[in-house]
Amino acid sequence: MNLIDILKKKITQSQIWRSLFRHGYADTERNRSLQVNSNWVLHFHPVKVKAYSAKFRYVWCMGGITFFLFLVLTVTGILLMFYYHPVTEYAYQDMKYLQSDIAFGNLLRNIHRWGAHLMVVTVIFHMLRVFLTGSYKPPREFNWVIGVSLLVSTLLMSFTGYLLPWDQLAYWAITVGTNMAKATPFLGHEGPFPLVTKYNDVAFILLGGTEIGGAALLRFYVLHVVFIPAIMIIGMGVHFWRIRKDGISGPL
Amino acid sequence: MKGNKEQDANNNNGVRFVWPDLIYKEFVAMIVVTLVLIGVSFLWDAPLREIANPGKTENPAKAPWYFLGLQELLVYFDPWIAGVVLPSIIIVGLMVMPYLDRNPVGGQYGFSRRKFAMINYLFGFALWFILIFIGTYLRGPNWQFYWLWESWEVEKHLEEKLWSFSPFAGAAFIGAYFSIGMIIPVLIKKGIVKYHGVVRYIIVMTLMLGMYFVPIKIVLRLFFNVRYVLETPWFNI
Repeated sequence: MNLIDILKKKITQSQIWRSLFRHGYADTERNRSLQVNSNWVLHFHPVKVKAYSAKFRYVWCMGGITFFLFLVLTVTGILLMFYYHPVTEYAYQDMKYLQSDIAFGNLLRNIHRWGAHLMVVTVIFHMLRVFLTGSYKPPREFNWVIGVSLLVSTLLMSFTGYLLPWDQLAYWAITVGTNMAKATPFLGHEGPFPLVTKYNDVAFILLGGTEIGGAALLRFYVLHVVFIPAIMIIGMGVHFWRIRKDGISGPL
Repeated sequence: MKGNKEQDANNNNGVRFVWPDLIYKEFVAMIVVTLVLIGVSFLWDAPLREIANPGKTENPAKAPWYFLGLQELLVYFDPWIAGVVLPSIIIVGLMVMPYLDRNPVGGQYGFSRRKFAMINYLFGFALWFILIFIGTYLRGPNWQFYWLWESWEVEKHLEEKLWSFSPFAGAAFIGAYFSIGMIIPVLIKKGIVKYHGVVRYIIVMTLMLGMYFVPIKIVLRLFFNVRYVLETPWFNI
């Protein structure tokens, strides 16, 4: 036995190593089950799936890619938070600063922006796939409902993030969007049957004022980085857990 | 189903271990997405225009692309419908869909055994994206229609003389549309109400007729210059 083998054995059989990696890579059924069951990341999966339902042409990977993009956006988003002030005096300057003065700042922003657009696309196509395969049918009805709320949350995430660069594109896009809120029946002051005024309708609550300004920027920022992601994380937890319990759909 | 289960237990037929058969696919997908995202981000910069200026209106001011279908509908509907009621109905309609669809066929692709669900869903899906396409690429300054090859520099002013149905005709039109729409399937397909149940049938048909009302209104506006089908002192449809 040479030195490397002895060393390898010493390390892999040490208490520390075995506490981290609980089993090896032996190709046994028991080990394959353990790989999934004893790993925090992988245990979102069932141990076994139907062969049909693991095929790319059946699942398209869209749901998984959507979740992966959520993670990418979380990481890049947290990094962007280091350079961003949700204040009208600074927000736009921070964008310029990010573009020109911060190492990889522009790349970071690009990944966050394009990743967000891609996530909207993948989540819509995930829904299309689930519809086309009839995977919302019993016992998965409620998971579809959660899925629809996650789709809406994704759109709201993208919408609230849209204002943050504080440029003309952001300002007027959000103006178009929030003007619609003013037309809400009963709850918007420009809608049919208004029960509210300009100073207490849904648009006012959303913007923290009658028009888009510092208060709106701060509200959208808080919604974007804390409020909606928190709801989404809970929603995704339930969504994945129920897939884990019900299995991926497939022909009986 | 039972026979299949027994077969699976006997020879593992049709079942795969997640490790590594599924995990590696997810891993490849992650790598591909990462590479694509980094590649795209190197090639194209995220847009950044001049600093926000409430005094200087962008023309056209466009919502984010995924809401442009709704913004495009502002041409045909008042904001309370295009911006609030329609999206709410879409969301609620999608959420209740699994409880409305009594057809048990699932877990596979296939058009022929789920024609009704497929046609209606895909129609709505296509409508959503067609409207987004029009709103994104075919609308220029003042929300005028520009073909892809037309320059936005050329100003367009569309003079349209719009008219509305009289309140009585409008109410009759909408009433007739929904009631005839409700009745026709009953006459054509025997037992359809019994199959769905009365309440479920009414909800399904209301949602469906509501969806098809959108293109009907678009046609009325584009080809017959109809501004409102139903005009009242409080709201217009």
